[in-house]
Amino acid sequence: MAENTVKIGKNEVPVEEYISPGHNFCAGCGEVLAIRLAMKAIGKDCILNMATGCNEVTTTPYPFTSWKVPWFHTLFENVGASLSGIEAGMKKLMEKGKIPQKKITYVGMGGDGSTVDIGLQALSGAMERGHDMVYLCWDNEAYMNTGIQRSGSTPWGASTTTAPAGKVSKGNPRQKKNMVEIALAHGIPYAATASIGYPFDLMEKVKKAAEKEGPAYVHILAPCPTGWRHAGDATIEMARLAVTTAYFPLYEVEDGKYTISVNPSKVKPVVDFIKAQGRFRHLNEDDLEAIQNTVTQNWERLQKLAVQE
Amino acid sequence: MGKRVALEASIAAAEAVKMVDCDFVSAYPITPQTHIPEMISEMVANGELNAACLTVESEHSAMSSCLGAAATGCRTFTATAGQGLELMHEAVWIASAHRYPIVMAVCNRAMSAPLSVWGDHSDVMSVRDVGWIQIFTNNAQEVFDLTVWAFRCGEDPRVLLPVMVNLDGFTLSHVTESLLLPDEKEVKEFLPPLQLPNALHPDKPTTHGAFGLPNIYSEMRIAQEIHLRKSKEFIIETLNEFGDKFGRYYKPVETYKAEGKKTLLMTMGSFSETAKIIIDELEAAGESVGLVYPRLWRPFPFEELYAAVKDADNLIVFDRSISYGGQGGPLASEVKSALYGKEKAPKVASIVGGLGGRDVSVEQFRQIIEKGKEIAENGSEELYETVGIRGTVSGIRG
Repeated sequence: MAENTVKIGKNEVPVEEYISPGHNFCAGCGEVLAIRLAMKAIGKDCILNMATGCNEVTTTPYPFTSWKVPWFHTLFENVGASLSGIEAGMKKLMEKGKIPQKKITYVGMGGDGSTVDIGLQALSGAMERGHDMVYLCWDNEAYMNTGIQRSGSTPWGASTTTAPAGKVSKGNPRQKKNMVEIALAHGIPYAATASIGYPFDLMEKVKKAAEKEGPAYVHILAPCPTGWRHAGDATIEMARLAVTTAYFPLYEVEDGKYTISVNPSKVKPVVDFIKAQGRFRHLNEDDLEAIQNTVTQNWERLQKLAVQE
Repeated sequence: MGKRVALEASIAAAEAVKMVDCDFVSAYPITPQTHIPEMISEMVANGELNAACLTVESEHSAMSSCLGAAATGCRTFTATAGQGLELMHEAVWIASAHRYPIVMAVCNRAMSAPLSVWGDHSDVMSVRDVGWIQIFTNNAQEVFDLTVWAFRCGEDPRVLLPVMVNLDGFTLSHVTESLLLPDEKEVKEFLPPLQLPNALHPDKPTTHGAFGLPNIYSEMRIAQEIHLRKSKEFIIETLNEFGDKFGRYYKPVETYKAEGKKTLLMTMGSFSETAKIIIDELEAAGESVGLVYPRLWRPFPFEELYAAVKDADNLIVFDRSISYGGQGGPLASEVKSALYGKEKAPKVASIVGGLGGRDVSVEQFRQIIEKGKEIAENGSEELYETVGIRGTVSGIRG
């Protein structure tokens, strides 16, 4: 953590910003908030490797850059691999005495498309090889940069431009891929979910992930007003409702041990999360019930996993 | 003072990587490249080479991890062939645009389909336009020498470009030959430490890989194009420097008994060695035939090529790949356009053969020269002709 902090409640939050204002992210963007919070937790001694997406379009229109930390971007699907090269390369240069020893956090970031779909192979390779890295996925549940096309992380029933709701279609026909479980299948020491609606929890998890030796994975739900079709000032509310309805539970898995981080005393009906979003507008009562059943099943499964340990 | 050894050409490439004290190697196994990463892994396992050695899950990740490592300032190497080069294709573009001096050995292999693990030049031709320095080798000595040189040239602060060292799959990569290996000390003297400007480091944050809007993209690309073309003078300078240090001089365009000859044969890669045999035989028979073999493919050595062929009557260009539906042989196509509009230039005949590991014998090179002379002198309706391919090949017209 940085030296200059401000106390918010019982939380010490770093004052320093590592992504400068002046970028072109949309008003109400959940992704940039996720990045901003994560960077506060990581601090300046890092190298950041981002996948192609909204971020490089909005933060690095040459010759401008929003980044106060070393920032590297090449392609859409290769962050796992390029970050492997950065981490292994830096460590070798230090070992050979070509650069001074320094503790550096190696951070990969990408959206859900670049993480759970096109970049999954490279990320799997990096986790399997055990690189000392933190990988953060900000999940807005579709290819938002290219115009709201469905991804493997889009939930059932969401209308997207490539899985539109229509006379014979309910929108996206598949359930959301469980990327945290996929990450855990690599035997990595730390994986967690986080939400921009719970900033202190998010920062704590990213900090923990950064301090772990080896690969750590944090999957962050980051609502996209443009793609989810909700008001720009409702982003935080959406992020919180996703958690309080158990649509997107917050938990962490540390060395195999599941812990639920936010346990709502009374879980709200998922319709509270869904009704404010245009992407679900076409769904009827039966559809909402089907979604509720899936959410309840997943939530119960997670509670069992957390109890088991 | 070095030593004479017998080494497979792939092992010679690995020896070069060891002698330059490479910091980072990442590769994915593909025939016929496998002996290179295998040997490097062995060197690392035995403590002979202190490099981070990544065994990644694909060639796309091999090149991507090299991009990351090169951005930190590592001396970086990879090797691939055929399908592997194509799988990493989009990442190959980044290396040159970001000016990372990665060295890559390509054991030239035919592209699928049908699947072939054997040699031709269709892999490297499909990355012709990606902005790398590309050089061809003909024997194990050249593989060693030009791999060492590739680091020297690519890492030169005036160059800072990636370099592709091509060696023909099997017919060179798997051939054991006698070569001279210098002392590591001599290699160290030849190759100063890499100083990558703006390397990634938290103490001096830099942004690599910004977004190029239409208001700047063209200028950036033209800057890259001008820079690659200008690198030719430093390519020549460093090749000469290599010669001064190790006694073996290499040129962008090499010639063999070519001066004053009426007919010239042009080949690229290890088949040039076979072609030399027929040149010797034809010379003994009193015929006026010589050989020109371009070594540097990109940036294309226009001046040197013209100087080498301008006084001949006929130029027979032999290609080991096809630009489908275009001029045919990529080398012939390049040469024809290089000579276009010149007041004095030989007539060019284009012959294609040696695809997917098909051998081209000394005797077939004799046929290539005979056929080529006839085409050059009398013209042909075909854009190019073939050698060693069964059946009547005709109808290849523009």
